[in-house]
Parts: sequence; structure tokens; C-alpha cells
Amino acid sequence: MSGMSGKIQGISGPTVMVDLKGLKLYERVYVGNAMLTGEVVRIEQDRTVIQIYEDTRGLAVGEPVKGVGMPLTVRLGPGLLGGMFDGLQRPLERLKADMGPFITGGKEIYALDYMRRWEFTPLMKKGDTPSFGTIIGSVDEGAFKHYIMCGAEAGRTVARVVNGSDISLNEPLGEFEDGQEIPGCHEWPVRLARPYRRKFAPAEPLVTGQRSIDFLFPLARGGTAIIPGGFGTGKTILEQSVAKFADVDIVVYVGCGERGNEMADMIAEFGELQDPWSKRPLRERTVLVVNTSNMPVAAREASIYTAVTMAEYYRDMGYHVLFLADSLSRWAEALREISASLEEMPGEEGYPTYLASRLSGFMERAGVVETMNGKIGSLSMLLSVSPPGGDFTEPVTQACLRTTGVFLMLDTSLAHGRHFPAINWFQSYSLYGKDAAEHYHQKVDPDWAKLLQRCRQILQEEETLREVAEIVGAEGLQDTDRLLMHVAERLRNEVLQQNAYSEDAFSPPDKTIGMVKLILGFYDRAIELLKQGTNLDEVLKGR
Amino acid sequence: MRLSEHTYRTLSTVAGPLLFVENVFSARIGEAVIVNTPDGRELEAEVLEIDGNTVMVEVYGSTQGLDIERTSVVFTDAIKKVPLSSDIIGRIFNGSFVPKDGIPMFIPEKWKPITGAPMNPSARARPEDFIETGFSTIDGLNTLVRGQKLPVFSASGLPSKEVVGSILKNARLADSAKRFIVVFAALGLTFHEYSHYLKVLEEMKTGFVAFVNMADEPVMERILAPRFALTVAEYLAFEKGMDILVIITDMTNYCDALREISTAREELPGRRGYPGYMYSDLASLYERAGRVYGLEGSVTMLPVLTMPEDDITHPIPDLTGYITEGQIVLSRELNQKGIFPPIDVLPSLSRLMQKGIGEGRTRADHRKVSNHLYKYYAKGRDLRRLEAIVGRDGMTKADILMLDFADAFEKDFVGQGMARRTVFETLDAGLDLMKKFSLEVK
Repeated sequence: MSGMSGKIQGISGPTVMVDLKGLKLYERVYVGNAMLTGEVVRIEQDRTVIQIYEDTRGLAVGEPVKGVGMPLTVRLGPGLLGGMFDGLQRPLERLKADMGPFITGGKEIYALDYMRRWEFTPLMKKGDTPSFGTIIGSVDEGAFKHYIMCGAEAGRTVARVVNGSDISLNEPLGEFEDGQEIPGCHEWPVRLARPYRRKFAPAEPLVTGQRSIDFLFPLARGGTAIIPGGFGTGKTILEQSVAKFADVDIVVYVGCGERGNEMADMIAEFGELQDPWSKRPLRERTVLVVNTSNMPVAAREASIYTAVTMAEYYRDMGYHVLFLADSLSRWAEALREISASLEEMPGEEGYPTYLASRLSGFMERAGVVETMNGKIGSLSMLLSVSPPGGDFTEPVTQACLRTTGVFLMLDTSLAHGRHFPAINWFQSYSLYGKDAAEHYHQKVDPDWAKLLQRCRQILQEEETLREVAEIVGAEGLQDTDRLLMHVAERLRNEVLQQNAYSEDAFSPPDKTIGMVKLILGFYDRAIELLKQGTNLDEVLKGR
Repeated sequence: MRLSEHTYRTLSTVAGPLLFVENVFSARIGEAVIVNTPDGRELEAEVLEIDGNTVMVEVYGSTQGLDIERTSVVFTDAIKKVPLSSDIIGRIFNGSFVPKDGIPMFIPEKWKPITGAPMNPSARARPEDFIETGFSTIDGLNTLVRGQKLPVFSASGLPSKEVVGSILKNARLADSAKRFIVVFAALGLTFHEYSHYLKVLEEMKTGFVAFVNMADEPVMERILAPRFALTVAEYLAFEKGMDILVIITDMTNYCDALREISTAREELPGRRGYPGYMYSDLASLYERAGRVYGLEGSVTMLPVLTMPEDDITHPIPDLTGYITEGQIVLSRELNQKGIFPPIDVLPSLSRLMQKGIGEGRTRADHRKVSNHLYKYYAKGRDLRRLEAIVGRDGMTKADILMLDFADAFEKDFVGQGMARRTVFETLDAGLDLMKKFSLEVK
């Protein structure tokens, strides 16, 4: 139905009613003289409702509307790494070059740079018949081999493939026998998960370099995790630390309805810092999608889909990809705003009733998979949640809890005591703990699980003792109990706390376990000394 | 597309601030509208919603005296814009941009849309230049930097206007050759507060621009005034290269105005009756703070809000805290102890502090001093709870020392009164205090 046009009938906030018939649900539409991008959200007998992704101010009734015949898509091809896009995948740096420091309205710029030259190595020859996802060849994108995969052209027989140098995305990589060109990039609808052959249960831990995560509540490759926390509890810093140090190939980071200055800071920092695993600049392995809180609300809703589709694309090349979103609550609020403007029946706290199913559908896009070309890739998710008033009973946190594998609860009182990362060690949990401990047991230290169990016990006992101490005073406790409280305090201050602004910001598993061993070793010796009758104050002095 | 004004006398409904006009040709969303009342007044209004040729218009002023028969509505085919010129410095306006100081309106150099445009995140420069406010609790422990938005969370009865007044008087850039221009937006102010701020502004050596909406003036102006202020601030900062400090007080009145208008529009209420889009709406103000890469000027924002019932989890402080880069929290307890400024450093936070301090910005030991002061004070405060249960006698010597330190910290370090301290004096005061209690600073 491409190329059909109609007129605007009515406008209400970000939604527009048009008289255009024959549009499909979720089809992409250009609206008004300014050619604003929109998406069909409801079709009725005599009118269609369109959700606009840009500021609608100035739009007039009677202006033209044009259907594209395709849903909202992203362009997938070499050149995404190191890029920074808005929620509709417009490259922000080229947008800036085009219209200056402020984003003033509708303008379509493709995410990929069609002029850039690439060195292409074919992995397919004349006579081959690629299916969907089969690798046609590769180009070098920074340190990565970017595999160019077959898209919708699958099933044809290759007649010619170019070899070697200096090819841009404007030129075909060859032809099929029926004359169809082999493109270097393709489009994919953002709301449709990219296919794979097989999915596996997440088993291998994803090393983040954050001690309290890796040791107490490990993430898994292909797993999901949420970080809910009130404001000032350090969600963003924790997400950014993980984005910097995680042991993955590619990082896709979405700033969804958050602060512009924070993103500026992150961009500057990612240009300066190195990936501790590959020693290459962090920027080279990162794709940023940014829709700050003052950018249009509907594009914020789309931004996480735009980003996750790019993440899936790199997963399909056989890479381990980490997807981070800050914050999912802002996405849910955008969904609520759109739902309200469509006058849908609200559910809990005004959120639409489909919030939970949308969320679980989205989070299921994570996983370890065998890709269409037989490689193994993973997509892991770490999502922050901003519960209003720090109240975890609110709908977004609760909906996430039903799907997530790891729950890292950030505690306001820990944050006020400047204990960062402020992960509460009693309330948080990880469903991947057992598999991760098994892995660390084999790869890092045979005592991993035992030490972990002991630490948990010490922290638990401290909590009990603290209640006693509040009544009788610290002086009134027995020496062994005071020693335990001392050890627990050291565990909290030295192991669980980690300053994101120091050299300690990244802690590999062997360092983590080394620190734990040091403290527990001291504990064992101190117990011995106490048994021999040494005074506790002497023991503590001699540590 | 029309290119001229159209006048209509086809009102079908008048309800509170909302008018419905029928048979309008090609109205624009957000279009500026002028309403001519039967008694000869001219009111400003804006197109809110369009359904076919029926248009819903929201009036900014009081709609008293409007009728269906004789009221006429002029559609201007333009969206609301703000007049701008360097001559604006030193002027005071009301919430509808009408001069309040008795001097005629300036001649605009240019006009810009009131809502501004979102700054491209890749064009933002990282805020990292230290601003000295003269208060130890801010400069030392919650440092403000150029381009930051740092709200003051106050509560009823606390001296927020004195705190803000002193910041206005004392704020200085590390680069002392530069001057601040203060853009002041007062929303729903009582005359008492207004006269206090007016005095401060007049005493200031630096220039200012003020937009004042008094407590008895139209609620809609409370939505407009901060946007006028920010459009002026962006103009002076990014086109004239000035450093601008925007003070908006009181954001609680802004949010209440937003709620009132949302209810009039019959929108679905969210938490405590505030509209569901309040986060995005607040962000459209707060996010206008910042610096642009390659440009001279900056917009730094210091909004003030009153926490209803002293509750920091109330939607207004809560949503604000989620958008701004930290918060300065005033404490009733410190105020009752007679400490000025009554800034409680524990819940206060400046997210951009790390980049603005240290060698070359303030002093090499800044981070160390601040971390230790914070840690010891937090410990002392924590022990006060214990003291209340077991009494001072049941505590260890080390614990008693921390208790005494916390008291001294509040009295000497926080409670500096009206005196201005440089950041060096602040750091030295902190070091001296820790030395006095023989606390180690590693």
C-alpha cells in the first residue's frame, strides 16, 4: 500500500487522526508538511490513529499524510558501532552537523553512512544458495569482523560476489542469478524479534567487574537483570560501570528518558577509557541510543526496540552482546502517556493493562542462541527501574520481577550512607547463582561456593547481632560477636563497596575472591587467637 | 496552509479555561490565539486539541465574563514565541511578559518559540567548571558546576529564601573574570517573599531578569513564566555567550498549577492527582540546563521546591530528583537547632561533583576531605539512634567521639551563618575539624 496519501483530521498531543484508508497496524507514516515520522496505532472504520514520534507543535489540520508500506524499521549494516542514535535510529552526530546543537524537528537521516568505504571479504561463491541469516562475507568494523548476512533475498542462487577493496553501502556486493542485487545492509522491523535456530538456557556467568554482582548476585550470558532504586541510589553509575567493564563483545546502551548531561559525560568518558578485556577504546564496542527526558515521548517508547534490534543483529553474528537500558520506568511512562492519549481503559496506576505482557515480550528477546548461520551468540539485559518514591510495590517493578533472572535492589539507606553500589544483600537475588558458582568453582577458585556461603552467613548473623547491640550496646557484646561484627563490616566496606571513580572500579573475579579470602583468613586466625585467650582489642590492632 | 489571521465568532462551549470553537479552517496544534472578550479585554490562548473543524482552546488569563455570543477568537497561524534582546537585562516582568517595573517594553531583536528545542545529546559539553556558592555544605560536599540543575528541597517554614538569597549574592565562578546573569522566575509568590527577593536582586552587582507571578495572579502564568525565563536564559547563554543562573521558585506551585489545568482538561489523574505526564513536563524545563560543546555560555539551574508534609517521596520532589543532577535538602531539625544554612548533607547530593573538583578545579585534596567528612558525620548521625536507646554511658569511647564530631560538624562546618567562605576556607575548616577530633584523613 506504499505511496498512499490522505489528510490530517484531528490532533491531540502526540496522536493524529487521519482519513487515510488501507494502512496496516504499526505501519510507518509520514505526517504533515514537515514529514514527521509516525506509526499507525489504531484503525477504525473511517479514520486511522497515528502516533507521532516528534514534536507535533505547529502541525495543522488538512496537512498531508503518507503511508510508507513498512513498519518502523532500523537499518542494519556496518558502521553502527561507535555510533550514537536517537530513538528512531537517526545518527545524532550527523544531525548536529546538519541542524546545530538543538533538535528542531522532522528530518530523516539514515543511521548508516552510505559514503563510507569498506574492505569486503566474501565468504560465498557463485552457485551458492544462501538462506536467511547465512553469512555472505565480512568487513572489518574496528576490532570486529562484521558479518554481512543474507536478508529477505534468501533462497536465490548467487551469480557473482565482489571481492576486496573499497566498497560502500551504495554499491551491491554482487548479484543473484535472477538479477537481484546483494545488499550490504538491510532493514528490520523493530517490534519483531530477529529469528534464530535454537535457544539455550543461560548457564555461563557474565563477569561485570562489580564484586557485589559477580560474587553475590551473578548475571548470566543470555540472562536478564533489573536494577530498581529510588533517585540518588546510583542506578546510572552502576549501569555505566557494567557497560564499561563487562566481559562481552558488544554493548548496546539506551539512555531512555534520562539526563542529557549524564549522556554527555558518558560519551566523553567512553572516548577516553579502554575496554579492560580487549584493551581497545570502549567507544569501539558500544552502540548508544539516546532519547533524553525532554526529547519526544513516543520516540522514547520506540527507543528500546530500536536498540534491542541492533543488539540482536550483532548477536546473530555470533557475538556476546550486553543490552543496558536506563530506565525502563521512563519507557513504561511513555507507554502510559500514549495509552492515555488513545483513551484506553487504564489499569494499575494509570498504566495500560498490557504493560506486563509488553515487558515480558521484550525481556524474552534476551537469550543464548544458535543463530541462523550456526554460530552461538548471546544477548543479555540489564535494565534499571525508577520506582516512584522508591516504592517497589509499583507496577513496573512488579511486572519486571515476574520475568527477570536477577533482582539487584538498590537501597536508599545504603546510598545515604554512601555505600556504593547500594545493592541490598538481603533483598536482592539471582536465579543464575548456582550455575555461576559452578563455573567459578572450575575456572577461578575451587572454594568459591564455600566462601560465598560463609559470607552470606556472616552478613546474616551481623544483622541479628546489630539488633542485640542496639539494645545492650556494642560494649555489652561478647568478644566473638564483636569480632564477627568487625569482619562483617570489613566485608561490607571492602568487598561489597566499590568506588566507581577509582582504580577499584573494575574488579576481576580472581581479585574479588582474593579479597574475600584475605578477610575470612583474618577471621579464622582471629578466632584462633581469641580461643587462646588474646584480648579482642589486641587482635584487631594486629590485623 | 493559511498565512494570515482568521477571526471566528463560533464558540460552542466555555468551561473554565477551555473554549470550543466550531468550523475553524486548518488550525494548528499549539497555535497562538487571541480571545476578544465582550468587555473589550484581549486574552492570550493556545490551541490544545483539534477534532475535524472543532478546536479546543485554552485561555491563559481569567475567563470570567466570557460568553458564547459576543466573544471572538483570532487564530494567528503562529505558535507562541518569546521576544528577545540584550536589553532585557535588568528588567522585571509579570507572568505574561508584561513589564512590571514601569519602563516600556524593549524592542525585540528576535523571537523564539517558548518551548525551546531539545538539545542534541551529542552537542552537550560535560559540565565540569566549579561554581562557588559560599556555603561549605554545597561547595565542600555537594559541589555545583556550570550547566548543572541542582534543586533545593525545602519544607514549609524553612528559610529557603534566605538560602537562595545568599547563593544569589555569593555565587562566583572559579574564573572570576566572568559574571553571572541571574534569571529569576517566581511562581505563586506571596508579597512578603517577593519583597525579600526584590531586595536581594537590587543589591546584586550582577545583572538579572525577573519574571514574577504573584500568589493571586492567574495559574496559567505559572506554566508560562518558567518557559519565558528559560527561553531568555538560553538566548543570553548560547547566543550572547553569558553564564546564566536560573532560579525558579517555587516548583511546588508550578506542579499544583499543572494539576489544576490538567483537571480542567479532564485528563486522567496520576499519583496524588498530578497528571501522568508530569515527569516529561518537568523534564522539558529542567533539561534546558546545560552547556553546548564549542559555545561560551551556560545555563545552570537552581529550582526551589517545598516538600508537602516534609515528604521527600511526594511526587513533586520525587520526579524532580529523578530528573535533576542531585538535590540540596533543607532540614527542619537543623533549623530548630538554630543552624544556618540548615542543609542536611546526608540526603543531599550533587551528581556532577566528581568532575568539578580536584587539582586544577578546586584543590587536590577536595575529594579526600569531602569523603572523610561525609563518612564520619554519617557514622556520628547513625550513632545518635543508638545513643537514644542505650544512653551515652553504654557506648564505646570511639563511638562517643563520633557523636561529638557530628555535633561539632553541624555547629561549625554547616552552621556558618551569613558569612561567605571560599572553597579553600571550607576545605581548611573541614580539615581542622577532623584534626581537632584526631580523625585520620588517609
